[in-house]
Amino acid sequence: MFDIEKIRGDFPILKQEIYGKPLAYLDNAATTQKPQCVIDAVTCYYEHDNANVHRGVHALSERATADYEAARKKIAFFFNARSEREVIFTRGATEAINLIASSWGGAHIKAGDEVLITHMEHHSNIVPWQMLCERVGATLKVVPINDRGELIMDEFDALLSERTRLVGVVHMSNALGTINPVKSMIEKAHAAGAAVLVDGAQAASHLLVDVQSLDADFYVTSAHKMYGPTGVGVLIGREQILETMPPYQGGCDMISMVTFEKTEYNDLPYKFEAGTPHIAGVIGFGKAIEYIQGIGFDAIGQREKELLDYATAKAEVFDGLRQIGTAKEKACVLSFVLDSVHPHDLGTIVDREGVAIRAGHHCAMPVMQFFKVPATARASFSIYNTEAEVDMLFAALKKAQAIFA
Amino acid sequence: MFDLRDLYLQVIVDHNKAPRNFGKLARFNHEADGYNPLCGDKLHVYLDINDAGIIEDVSFEGEGCAISVASASLMTEAVKGTPLSGFQKKFETFQHMVTADLEETPDEEKLGKLAVLAGVREFPSRIKCAVLCWHTLKSAVTDSHVVAKTE
Repeated sequence: MFDIEKIRGDFPILKQEIYGKPLAYLDNAATTQKPQCVIDAVTCYYEHDNANVHRGVHALSERATADYEAARKKIAFFFNARSEREVIFTRGATEAINLIASSWGGAHIKAGDEVLITHMEHHSNIVPWQMLCERVGATLKVVPINDRGELIMDEFDALLSERTRLVGVVHMSNALGTINPVKSMIEKAHAAGAAVLVDGAQAASHLLVDVQSLDADFYVTSAHKMYGPTGVGVLIGREQILETMPPYQGGCDMISMVTFEKTEYNDLPYKFEAGTPHIAGVIGFGKAIEYIQGIGFDAIGQREKELLDYATAKAEVFDGLRQIGTAKEKACVLSFVLDSVHPHDLGTIVDREGVAIRAGHHCAMPVMQFFKVPATARASFSIYNTEAEVDMLFAALKKAQAIFA
Repeated sequence: MFDLRDLYLQVIVDHNKAPRNFGKLARFNHEADGYNPLCGDKLHVYLDINDAGIIEDVSFEGEGCAISVASASLMTEAVKGTPLSGFQKKFETFQHMVTADLEETPDEEKLGKLAVLAGVREFPSRIKCAVLCWHTLKSAVTDSHVVAKTE
């Protein structure tokens, strides 16, 4: 049973007022709020267990290491990785993609090869590939989208060729809410001999992700969009592929032996974790994963669908509102423009009503270019949002229209 | 507490709806682009400065939020027909107004109608919307070919 009051009670930040109005936090696609258990896990680490990991023989270091590695185990289980060796902690999804582009891409993508991404990628799954293509003389290809904000799969099939080395695709679009058919795309890409990177930054708190069932070569996400801390994320990679990849950054923890003549690199996953990691962040990430598991994806999916359906029904009858992104398969995102109010003015006006939304290009400028808008307003929902908060949003939109009437 | 109506004063709403001096000038001898990557606001300013150093005509084109459009519209009214030598002072006065302490009362004598934009001080993320046009005009005056930004 989904107990919304209990869930809201888990998030201390939601209790506050903004300009004298109750806060309605509808910017979850940018970052989610943190439940008390995650905040406590981070605090507890600093209050009781703070030490460096994988180094000391003293009690604190043993505890910190045990908690850090326990989080890795939880995360491996959550994504159904084959083992913890496939779970590499990074600063976030962005760094994970840069790691793949630099290490795997640098070794496997050559002049004349192609990297195939989609028109709805976040900048973090565009720019690293552009940089790589420029460096090695490869070509970046882009799968187009239709007016609903869905990938045109015939075009994907046509663009996939023996020149394609890698397909990079977002699991769920942060700007549009579209959920892409990644499983069938992976199957087709593999048949064409290409590896696949799935950007799960937006998806992983909303959808059950099983990297083995998807057969993804690389799956990346960020903890902060999953009720965890900022500054930490994960790359889940296929072990056989990770084994062949050169290190991304050099430093301590990623080595087993260093002399001035030669350095031997550490085993997976440490080979890709140079330097002292974000220990508190990883521990908090593990706790956030537990929190999600405690609610379960069946309940999450059902609740978030109810909310999106409720908001979409209101949007459809709202005068002067144009939705951007109306994919058949979508979740949690209501992106829109009003014909009389610019998104930035809207953002400011609804903020004064206590409603936090995002106004802008959502780090997906090509999506804005496709829909010929400079920016959109975006309300994005999470497990703790309510119908009353959606009502607050639409009341605030009315107010904005009145100001510009 | 600051009211939204103080930011979106009727003057601002009017200038956004019907911007003055909007469109390309038939004759101009200076121009510049302004771009705010965070918002996507885009602006192009045209300027006709005569031999006597007077801003004979000025106009702008582009798209942006109400604050940026109204600010550009009000700016063109404020500088049209004035000597170029006074531009830098006007630029600084405006910049000061939108970044000054909230307690400070805007100098309406110096600012004239531009004082209606003093409300953006309350909204730090929107200050750049109000000043983009001024940076763009400055680029046009100095014939800078770099796209003006506010950051």
